[in-house]
Amino acid sequence: MGVKQNTKSLSVRGGQMADTFYQLKVLTGREMAEAKVTPFAEKLVQQNEFPLKPHSLEVFQLNIGKLCNQTCLHCHVDAGPDKKRENMSRADLETCLRIIKEVPDIKMVDITGGAPEMHPDFRWFVQECRKLGKEVLNRCNLTIIMANEKYRDLPEFFRDNQVHLVSSLPFYSKKRTDKQRGDGVFDDSIAALKLLNEVGYGQEGSGLVLDLVYNPVGAFLPAGQEVLEPQFKSQLKRKYDIVFNNLFAITNLPINRFLEYLIESDNYKDYMETLLEAYNPSTVTGIMCRSMISVSWDGYMYDCDFNQMLELKIDSPGCTHINDFDVDKLLSREIIVNQHCYGCTAGAGSSCGGEVV
Amino acid sequence: MLVLFTNAGGQLQNDNTKFMSEKKYFDPEDLKKFGNITEFQEEMGKKFFDWYGEVFKEGALTKREKALIALAVAHTVQCPYCIDAYSTECLKTGSDEEQMMEAVHVAAAIRSGASLVFGVQMMNHVKKISM
Ligand code: SF4
Ligand code: SF4
Repeated sequence: MGVKQNTKSLSVRGGQMADTFYQLKVLTGREMAEAKVTPFAEKLVQQNEFPLKPHSLEVFQLNIGKLCNQTCLHCHVDAGPDKKRENMSRADLETCLRIIKEVPDIKMVDITGGAPEMHPDFRWFVQECRKLGKEVLNRCNLTIIMANEKYRDLPEFFRDNQVHLVSSLPFYSKKRTDKQRGDGVFDDSIAALKLLNEVGYGQEGSGLVLDLVYNPVGAFLPAGQEVLEPQFKSQLKRKYDIVFNNLFAITNLPINRFLEYLIESDNYKDYMETLLEAYNPSTVTGIMCRSMISVSWDGYMYDCDFNQMLELKIDSPGCTHINDFDVDKLLSREIIVNQHCYGCTAGAGSSCGGEVV
Repeated sequence: MLVLFTNAGGQLQNDNTKFMSEKKYFDPEDLKKFGNITEFQEEMGKKFFDWYGEVFKEGALTKREKALIALAVAHTVQCPYCIDAYSTECLKTGSDEEQMMEAVHVAAAIRSGASLVFGVQMMNHVKKISM
């Protein structure tokens, strides 16, 4: 058991792609103009949705750190074992708790990373959120449970705190999963899923929710959840006797390592054209940035996790950091959009919770 | 014989390149223009696309199964457009490389079997006219 890393983070490798400004240049650059990829904002103008406005603040998402035991090739966070510096401070976590407590509209605390469980205050933070009566969703990469003896009791911890788990498993076979996420990931993920099933996760009537995330291993879009979920369910049950609740099909957005992959494999232009062709206007009502904010490890706020990774800070004057949190200002902001947003509006749409229509 | 394929760089892969230096068949970009066939015959083209869309909907067979059949048939009719399109579709609908290659083997097996089975006819004829 154990995971072998496929690569290193962009920031450690250095070079142009580590610079988010460069990435934005690629997204809006000459090649895109030649490929006639309409500016995303223009699409919104055509359907009277520009500027894009939030309609609520139900989900408070925190990226508590970029440290991860994996270095997946497609990672839009650019996370990895070499990202030791980016960890949310205890003081910022406390500020977040205060906000979560004071804003009744916040229904769900969505914790992500890296591997959030590697943060020293992770368990404390989850427990505090639960004490406030909020739903806690944790984005668990599964293999962390097997990575070290000290994480082996996570399934019990999750169960005891009724944490909703959302876990990536890009495919139900070893070859494709390991290609994207690193050698050994599939076997460790299966072992972790078994432990989660044992404590009740994914089992009917247990109330312990285990959702899996499918994201394509390559430069193509996912088929609908209704197509993929039955396959995942029957294959995982038949081969490994594993059960889970829902499968979320998520589109890879052209950011960080996935953008790097698209460019290096000469798929970038075709991928962007495919996203544009698949643009579905009816997804705009439900895109996740309209009902959430995303907080980075250093306490800044963003419209979503993707904008966070591109360092497109929230457009809410005087209220860009959690220390200046003001719900009214946030709800009257304009959401910052760019070409990567096409990833959220393709087909049935895509969000951290899967399809949006 | 005419040149039928270009490689990824758009270069012709046949000795006849001297006659065909600038021309090429099966430009992947042409696939994107498939919808334009209605330009010359709108009614039939539209009917075709409506029917085509209906065929590939989830039905008694799943979208994934239909994509695998399409991939196999694409190899039988050796259509590069269809091979590209249904390779993507198979991945999208959740097939993996091994399953896709097995589908291609099925196509190839039927295709070669269909030739080989005529060996019986050959044998019949040979036996009929031989002493
Ligand atoms: S995709 Fe998830 S598991 Fe993979 S490196 Fe990024 S944060 Fe870690
Ligand atoms: S990437 Fe998606 S969620 Fe983020 S701002 Fe764009 S449309 Fe909204």
